[in-house]
Amino acid sequence: MGERRLSPRQLLSMFWVFFKIGAFTLGGGYAMIPLMKVEIVDRQNWLEEKEFLDIIAVAQCSPGAVAINSSVYIGYRLFGLAGAVIATLGTVLPSFLSILSIALVYTGVRAYPAVQKAFRGIYPALVVLILAAVFNLQKAAFKNRIDVAVAITGLIALVVFDVHPILVILASGITGLIRYFAGGRRERSAGG
Amino acid sequence: MIYRVLFLSFFKIGLFSFGGGYAMIPLIQKEIIDINGWLTLEQFMDIIAISQMTPGPIAVNAATFVGYRIAGFWGAAAATAGVTAPSLIIILLLAFLIKKYRGLAWVDAFFSGVRPAVIALIVKAAYSLGRGSILGIKDIILALAVLAGLYIFKLNPILIIALAAAAGILIY
Repeated sequence: MGERRLSPRQLLSMFWVFFKIGAFTLGGGYAMIPLMKVEIVDRQNWLEEKEFLDIIAVAQCSPGAVAINSSVYIGYRLFGLAGAVIATLGTVLPSFLSILSIALVYTGVRAYPAVQKAFRGIYPALVVLILAAVFNLQKAAFKNRIDVAVAITGLIALVVFDVHPILVILASGITGLIRYFAGGRRERSAGG
Repeated sequence: MIYRVLFLSFFKIGLFSFGGGYAMIPLIQKEIIDINGWLTLEQFMDIIAISQMTPGPIAVNAATFVGYRIAGFWGAAAATAGVTAPSLIIILLLAFLIKKYRGLAWVDAFFSGVRPAVIALIVKAAYSLGRGSILGIKDIILALAVLAGLYIFKLNPILIIALAAAAGILIY
């Protein structure tokens, strides 16, 4: 029932792409955005940037982890129901396997210093990678100055006033609707 | 049956946690410690720490860990399936509805209004991560090296993450 943009043969490569994304999504949900953008939009050309942004919006507004939600949605867009299941498996499997192997030897965490140092290196790298992804995606999001104003307002709401992301997404969607209906009315009155 | 209890308990966690990541922690804590008494608070804090050092969403990591502690491999599988199932069901429903109504002008207008907000969300994520991690001169140099790796040497983000981990072990 999906959109079937992939052939059955490509299912395996889709699984592998999501497995890689799952394995390298360290440091929370949004860290997967640069990886997904490069693997799915740039390298495989499976989705356009616009669709990618829409999927992230829906993933953020639905219950559950953002990484899982976006995997389900992208998988569905690429290969219907089977695609959704396989993409989700790909994303979940790396964490499942690594936690399982940790649980096997678990005796209470005394985190290794080397691991902590590795993460001190990874976090600044993620900041740059995420910002680079934003830089690439902004072309698909910003069509005019109002879009830029909406983004800046949204950022202030998120950072300064700690507004919930879902509210920011819905409010921006409503500005889209207002602009559409106001624009349409103006056209109609100009025409009549 | 314990598998069913695990599945349902984590299904609830998946269903009621919006916004992902750390927003899920209080809910997971309530289900696992307060309601079911599956872990002590200390063990739970350990899982959060492990989650930060392993790939994947915290909810999935916690599900796998708790499931394994309670009922072995199949417990881990049941809990992980439980936490993932709501995403599958709800996103498939939404995807279906959106596909159906795509092309309606007002639906498209709504989504084009949303896109700038998604940019803001991603910048916020970078900001939160950066505020806690880019603190000194070493962090700034590492960030600049990543920038060079990305734009001058055109490296893949996955390779960059691996290199940054190695650099972290060397310089900190």
